Amino acid sequence: MRKNSLGRLTITDVVMFAVGLGLAGVIVAGSAATLSSGKYTLAQWQDLFIFGLAQGSIYALIALGYTLVYGVLRMINFAHSEVFMSGPYTAYFFARYMFNIGFLQAYPVAGLLIVSAISMLTSMAIALTVERIAYRPLRKAPRLVPLITAIGASFFLQYTFRGLYGSGIDRYPELAILKGSISVLGVRVLVTQALVIVAAAVFMGLLYAFVMLSKTGKAMRAVSEDKETAQLMGIDVDRIITTTFALGGALAGAAGVLYALIFGQVQFYMGFVPGIKAFTAAVLGGIGNVPGAMVGGLFLGVFESVGPSLFLDGLGIPAPNQLKDAIAFTMLVFVLIFRPSGILGERLATKKA
Amino acid sequence: MSILVLENIHTYYGEIHALRGVSLSVEEGEIVTLIGGNGAGKSTTLNTISGLLQPRRGSIRLYNEDLSNFKAHEIVAKGVVQVPEGRRVFGRLTVAENLEMGAFTRPLRSEIAQSLEQVFTLFPRLKEREGQLAGTLSGGEQQMLAMGRALMAKPKVLLLDEPSMGLAPVLVDSIFDTIRKLHALGTTILLVEQNARMALQVADRGYVLQTGEIILTDKAAALRENESVQKAYLGVL
Ligand SMILES: Nc1ncnc2c1ncn2[C@@H]1O[C@H](COP(=O)(O)OP(=O)(O)OP(=O)(O)O)[C@@H](O)[C@H]1O
Ligand SMILES: [Mg+2]
Repeated sequence: MRKNSLGRLTITDVVMFAVGLGLAGVIVAGSAATLSSGKYTLAQWQDLFIFGLAQGSIYALIALGYTLVYGVLRMINFAHSEVFMSGPYTAYFFARYMFNIGFLQAYPVAGLLIVSAISMLTSMAIALTVERIAYRPLRKAPRLVPLITAIGASFFLQYTFRGLYGSGIDRYPELAILKGSISVLGVRVLVTQALVIVAAAVFMGLLYAFVMLSKTGKAMRAVSEDKETAQLMGIDVDRIITTTFALGGALAGAAGVLYALIFGQVQFYMGFVPGIKAFTAAVLGGIGNVPGAMVGGLFLGVFESVGPSLFLDGLGIPAPNQLKDAIAFTMLVFVLIFRPSGILGERLATKKA
Repeated sequence: MSILVLENIHTYYGEIHALRGVSLSVEEGEIVTLIGGNGAGKSTTLNTISGLLQPRRGSIRLYNEDLSNFKAHEIVAKGVVQVPEGRRVFGRLTVAENLEMGAFTRPLRSEIAQSLEQVFTLFPRLKEREGQLAGTLSGGEQQMLAMGRALMAKPKVLLLDEPSMGLAPVLVDSIFDTIRKLHALGTTILLVEQNARMALQVADRGYVLQTGEIILTDKAAALRENESVQKAYLGVL
């Protein structure tokens, strides 16, 4: 549309360009005003940035689930928010039990590993169940149909978990070894945030290696390009789709535990906002693109953590942090308008859907 | 003995009756060609053999085993391997990864390595391009890759769907040279072509398909001399 020759600019193009320019102007002016006011210290900026990185790592892990599934099925798995919620919420009861009997305090590392494993396995099981029951029978249906089922599955899971676990907020037990902060290259980092960032990085590295180097990972990429030809290579496409949902689910379960470490609590609708943010991150990075989901997640996390203070404070907007969700979704709208293929997704447009 | 036998195959696309009782057979070590114009049902025949399409009636047997209850990926594991029309290489996988996908059903690394050697001997160009993304290869190179990829499965029967399509004349010659080499190595081939002249030169036998029906079958040499074949497919007036 915007590739037309200059003479064929439409009104929409001009308006969009003006809006984009205006927004860029606001961002620059706001940032300049904030920085010159000296309201925030360097340490505060560092805190915001690190928090953004931790939050973004979680978005990235969830975003991978959206992007992997989109890659093989060309559908948005809107039940992924609930896949994310199911793991840490289920693991919470085990964590609580281990805390009550004193195991978690005596063996915190083993305890955390157990909690993580339970969370990952639960989310994986939920993801596989949703695929098997809600999506597989509709594989050949028009594309709108699985989308509607996905939304249905999402509500079904939310209210099932509400029925099972209650509608209140449950607090994860606190662990002494996760209190306090450490210093990394002179920057103060909370232990929980450091753990989240490192753990997420490890998971992302493992996933990337799996997709790029393993035989199944290569088959996933082949299926994502051309299912029919993949079958002609002897690849069992259903098995690859199952594997994809399992991986996405496990990563969401891991993200869920990290989320519980930072925010300390779980509830039945905890998946909604992180799920939508992660979806934004996946689109931002270029949906279907694995490194894109990681970059998109980290970028969104940092942007919404640092952004409000940086752009809005200087403009005299009070309590800018309350606008961080608005900022995230404004960014989604602009990405969809100006670069629908996302940051790393340039080849998506030419790919046949 | 016949490796592959199709008996009275009827395949539909919804209500469209694309194959109307196709019967054919392929013997061990043979090149059999299936010629016919656009829309005759050649690709439909190959896709039915490969299990991508389910015939509504008729049977397909490989070494006397009925294939109708097997899925497409299982049929590959049984040794029926197709090089699809239009090459369909995985553009965002490297040449080496494409070849590895070709060997997907084979468990033994040592045997796969051996097949890789053979493919590289047949297509030295692919070795030079091993790390390159397949999408960036030329059309001729992509055809080599598509064939090499299928050979990696160590096929008992190789199904080729218009391997010469869209290639410059020199490349067409080299593709047919490759088909001759594969024949010399004992590979059994079912070759679909619109280029009937070339196809009837390499083949032992041929079938002529027209609107979903086999209208003629004979030794390739005899088909070359057949007047109606000459008129319809060889451009002889
Ligand atoms: N996916 C499809 N849906 C509906 N009809 C189809 C489909 N694919 C093929 N057909 C129809 O089936 C018939 C046989 O098609 P097929 O592709 O087998 O022909 P072909 O002999 O391979 O032709 P070509 O030489 O052009 O590749 C044609 O009439 C075609 O229009
Ligand atoms: Mg065809």
